[in-house]
Amino acid sequence: MYINKITFHSLSAILFILFTLVSANSSANETSVEAPNFTLKSNNTKNIKLSELRGQVVLINFWASWCGPCRQEMPELNKLYAKYKDLGFTIMGVNVEENPTEALKIIKDDKINFPILFDSENKVSQLYEVTAMPTSVLVSRSGHIRYIHRAYKPDDIEKYKKWVKELIRE
Amino acid sequence: MKRSLFLFFFIIVNSGCSAEPWVKPYERAHLADPIMSFDRDPVSSAYIEHVHDTREGARGAGISSGGGCGCN
Amino acid sequence: MVLVFLQAVAVAVIKKSTIALVALYVIINNQSHAAVLAEDRIDVLYHNYDGGGITIDGPSVLVRKSIGNTTSISANYYIDSISSASIDAITQASSYNEKRTQKSISIDYLYDKSIMSYSYTNSTENDFEAVTHSFNISQETFGGLSTISLGYSAGNNHISKSTDNIFSQNADTKDYRLSLSQVFTKNFLMGLTYEVITDEGFLNNPYRQVRYISPSDPNATIFQDEKYPKTRTSNATSINFRYYLPYRAAVYGGYRYFTDTWDIEADTFDIGYVHPYQNNWIFDVSLRFYSQTRASFFSSLFPFVDAQNYLASDKELSTFSSNAISAGATYSIKKEKLSFFEKGTLNFYLDRFSYNYDDFLDTTVTGITPGTEPAYKFSANVIRFYLSLWF
Repeated sequence: MYINKITFHSLSAILFILFTLVSANSSANETSVEAPNFTLKSNNTKNIKLSELRGQVVLINFWASWCGPCRQEMPELNKLYAKYKDLGFTIMGVNVEENPTEALKIIKDDKINFPILFDSENKVSQLYEVTAMPTSVLVSRSGHIRYIHRAYKPDDIEKYKKWVKELIRE
Repeated sequence: MKRSLFLFFFIIVNSGCSAEPWVKPYERAHLADPIMSFDRDPVSSAYIEHVHDTREGARGAGISSGGGCGCN
Repeated sequence: MVLVFLQAVAVAVIKKSTIALVALYVIINNQSHAAVLAEDRIDVLYHNYDGGGITIDGPSVLVRKSIGNTTSISANYYIDSISSASIDAITQASSYNEKRTQKSISIDYLYDKSIMSYSYTNSTENDFEAVTHSFNISQETFGGLSTISLGYSAGNNHISKSTDNIFSQNADTKDYRLSLSQVFTKNFLMGLTYEVITDEGFLNNPYRQVRYISPSDPNATIFQDEKYPKTRTSNATSINFRYYLPYRAAVYGGYRYFTDTWDIEADTFDIGYVHPYQNNWIFDVSLRFYSQTRASFFSSLFPFVDAQNYLASDKELSTFSSNAISAGATYSIKKEKLSFFEKGTLNFYLDRFSYNYDDFLDTTVTGITPGTEPAYKFSANVIRFYLSLWF
């Protein structure tokens, strides 16, 4: 079957547009889904369960020692925690590594104060469908996922501040 | 014709952005290890490639890039 | 917004602008994640090549610094200090000491999952100057599992002659690169590269000569200038892999196939092993096997003057093989000793090359019938000693 040159190029253009629109996405999603519950070991020897934190605003941060942007983010999260923890805000730093040795080193060197949890079998990462490193999930006082932020660039901490302030007021 | 084919190929490859990666971002610990980098020290690999190129008839298709932590 | 976009695409398609379409696609495709720029670092390298009567050494300094979130700039200053009594120099009586200086600057721009780069390189010797502009775009796709890269370089060389003030020639080079890297498993990575290089202009060495049998005495030879074609197009395809071993080590290797319009065909194999030791050592060992067939117009001895349209006796265009073994060690400097640097390594690599020529003859052997000299061979040691600091 002979395809006319113009038709071919037009079809290319249309398909091109369709694929482009289909693949496009945005870096931060606003949702209102209930945050899946989980229990993980923490760095102060007792287990932490997400549902026990209901009533507080929770920032669940998925990170790893081998991830550069995660390392940049940690000290900023530490400051964020210090600033808002007395207003009903907490951070769960979920480390996704099989071996926690490197992570423990970073926590000590960077003097991280917020709770660190160890998801060594990646069950929670799968549960939260983590598609980028790092990923931060903001959970409201009522236990709903309100914001998801994927990746980290130096000024992103301002976005987190804005969301935390908003969720604290609820 | 060739150009449209190239675009088709490019689109298919790039639409994979929406496809589910079989190695999850949190499983990339080994790939992010410096020993898994194709080019750990560019100043050193550039020099040794220069040593090869100036003494041999062949040239090109040297160091690859890619892999790594896949962050951001 | 959609209408404007549609119009832009229509214009791009009609005007057959592939680059515009690719750029549009990259810009519009605002995925949630981006790639990362290379780390900020400074490397100070001392290099030393010693073999075949030549010693070339010098420094190479590379500095890379990011500016803001999206830009990274790097600059390199490199020197080759050449002192030579190589086979070419000895047999044509022109030993020399020379210096080549190369400076380059590059800029990387990160936009979402793409990194666009431009670099400028300038290389000068007393009788040769080369300027190269390079462009590159690389993009992560498939959830960061694939990286596709496209590159283009354009270079111009100016050749002069220290023994002839009037001599002035030019050569242009264009280089096209396509490369794809793919993560297959948590432990396995592969890369595929294709590169086409075309040269046009004065492509030989203005000092080098070929020899032919003297018409009056079969045991004597006369020299004439080498003569190369004015164009050369080559293509190379390589495949590489890297595999992570469970006890923390890596094995790597690759193969490259090369062919060009001068009839040279070359195969390169390499295989290596990286082994970290305790917390602060990394050892790296590799082997490289290279072999090539000669250019169609190569010969170590021509039967008479102007025996062919093109004449070359350069050993780089002959039939030969070269094997090399490389061994290196990297030591991680303790954090306490680093002051404001985040990480530092001290590195030492030794490569030993042995070159074995089939049809390039050792013309330093005199007193025998020309053309019966033994095939040339030599070994070379290459040292790389460098300090890397991350900040």
